[in-house]
Amino acid sequence: MLDCADPKALEGLHWTLCYLTTGKHLDFYWSFGTVLVLLAVTAPVALAFGFAGAMAARSPVLPVRMLGKGYTAMVRGVPDIVFFLFFVIALDQGIEWLVHQVRCPDWTDPIRNGLEFRVCPQAKVPPGTAPQAVHQIYGFVLAVVTFAIVFGAFAANVLYGAMQAVPRAQLETAEAYGMTAPQVFRRVLVPQMWLYALPGLGNLWLILIKATPLLFLLGVQDIVYWARELGGAKTQAYDYPHPDWRLWYFLGLMVFYLAMTRGSEVLIARLSARLNRGQATMAGEAMRKAAA
Amino acid sequence: MSCLQTIADYGLRSLGIGERLLPRADFTLCQQVTLIGSGLIWNIYFGVLALAAGFFLANALALAKEARTPWLRKPAEWFVFVFRGSPLFIQFFLAYEALVLLPRAGIEMFGLTVQTSWLSRAWAGALIVLFLNTAAYSAEIFHGALRSVPKGDLEAADAYGLTGWARFRRILWPTMLRLAWPAYTNEAIFLFHATTLVFFSGFPAFQQRGDALYYANYFADKTFNPFVPYPIVAGYFILLTFLLIWLFGRANRRLNRHLPGAAPNMRLRPQIIR
Repeated sequence: MLDCADPKALEGLHWTLCYLTTGKHLDFYWSFGTVLVLLAVTAPVALAFGFAGAMAARSPVLPVRMLGKGYTAMVRGVPDIVFFLFFVIALDQGIEWLVHQVRCPDWTDPIRNGLEFRVCPQAKVPPGTAPQAVHQIYGFVLAVVTFAIVFGAFAANVLYGAMQAVPRAQLETAEAYGMTAPQVFRRVLVPQMWLYALPGLGNLWLILIKATPLLFLLGVQDIVYWARELGGAKTQAYDYPHPDWRLWYFLGLMVFYLAMTRGSEVLIARLSARLNRGQATMAGEAMRKAAA
Repeated sequence: MSCLQTIADYGLRSLGIGERLLPRADFTLCQQVTLIGSGLIWNIYFGVLALAAGFFLANALALAKEARTPWLRKPAEWFVFVFRGSPLFIQFFLAYEALVLLPRAGIEMFGLTVQTSWLSRAWAGALIVLFLNTAAYSAEIFHGALRSVPKGDLEAADAYGLTGWARFRRILWPTMLRLAWPAYTNEAIFLFHATTLVFFSGFPAFQQRGDALYYANYFADKTFNPFVPYPIVAGYFILLTFLLIWLFGRANRRLNRHLPGAAPNMRLRPQIIR
């Protein structure tokens, strides 16, 4: 067992091991988990948002279609970071405003008064008395929803294009077999579109990975936060004094991200090969020839 | 205070010209539009210079990636991998931390003292990062285009006896550029969007001279109302994006002017490619 009771007396490897296992460092390691959780939660939610957006953009009903098109057009032309900064506050205020309307219908003071945004105390989300952990989790959930909205719009773009790319003939064949429109959609269009969506979705996944450090800007204690915190110069007042090591911490983060993107690229290439099997496309044809 | 007065006071605030203190209370819409617009100067500065310089490095990298000798190919591949595989946000932090480690007093070289402190300032340090970053992304685009130059074009060049530099200059390079242009337009748009990250990523805004998003964030923090400043930034960037699409569209028409049926209209999907 490691004895780290008196850090000032330690040297060499022993010091390094003790340094790397301090409570704050364990928090740092856990924050990598935060990033992975964000990815694991955001990706499916954004895909669902994107699916809904793409379906809405194809809808025969005009208002729904306009809603869908508007959603997909939203992310073009404007830096995504603007949306990130905007949605986190806007969602927070929006939720509090709604709760306020429900719980304090008799409240007469204006909510937006000069430089303040003030709802009644019962409408605070999370409640002012809640423990710190609840505030942190709420902040993280807001960040996840923000990511999902923005990346959902990206995904809607990709999926809309993929749905348009499925050959007409395949859909007409399904209709000739007497399938109804929802059946064609469910049994032919959706299974076939993934092939065309994969390059775009793969790209999106890489962008999503590379967008995760922005969590730091949304006020979540993520890896960037801890790298700055731990790397900063520590004076003799600390247990483990050291000069400014932020450069090395950020190098570590860089390696982490390079490994993530590289690994993802390999996986996407495999998935692409799997989806192309038996398809009437150039890649599918090449596989058929190779097998024969 | 009239709006014209505000424009005179804050129109060039991001460059340090005009009123020294930012507005602190009673924010008017005019102030927000003016100051955020003033910050846009920095976005344009970063975007234009990084793009212009990155274009040349990207061409060199694309050719190096296609080189037969691994001495050229491997470094180019690693460069592109590192800058495309990691978040720009982390690159900014890393560059800033590395640049502030340079000795304060400058470096002695051949009896001369080379000043280094300016490198850790945003106008230089962030510009270098953006330049390298866009060069890596553009190199990948150019490399892909280089590989898809039609075989017939090269055979025609051979038939005319074009070799070496002349073949590259007159056949290979124009065709590569033509094929790469729509994707390169995307990259340009994305680069301008990426410039908003500069002042959020370690590089301090000296005397509160920041970019458009820096000022928007300032207003949102002060007024606690995100519904005014952020849409203003969004509006500015939409205008900027249209301007870019127009400029690059003109270049695209020129690149394609020899093709029958004139230039195909570019299908742009900003932000989706990268």
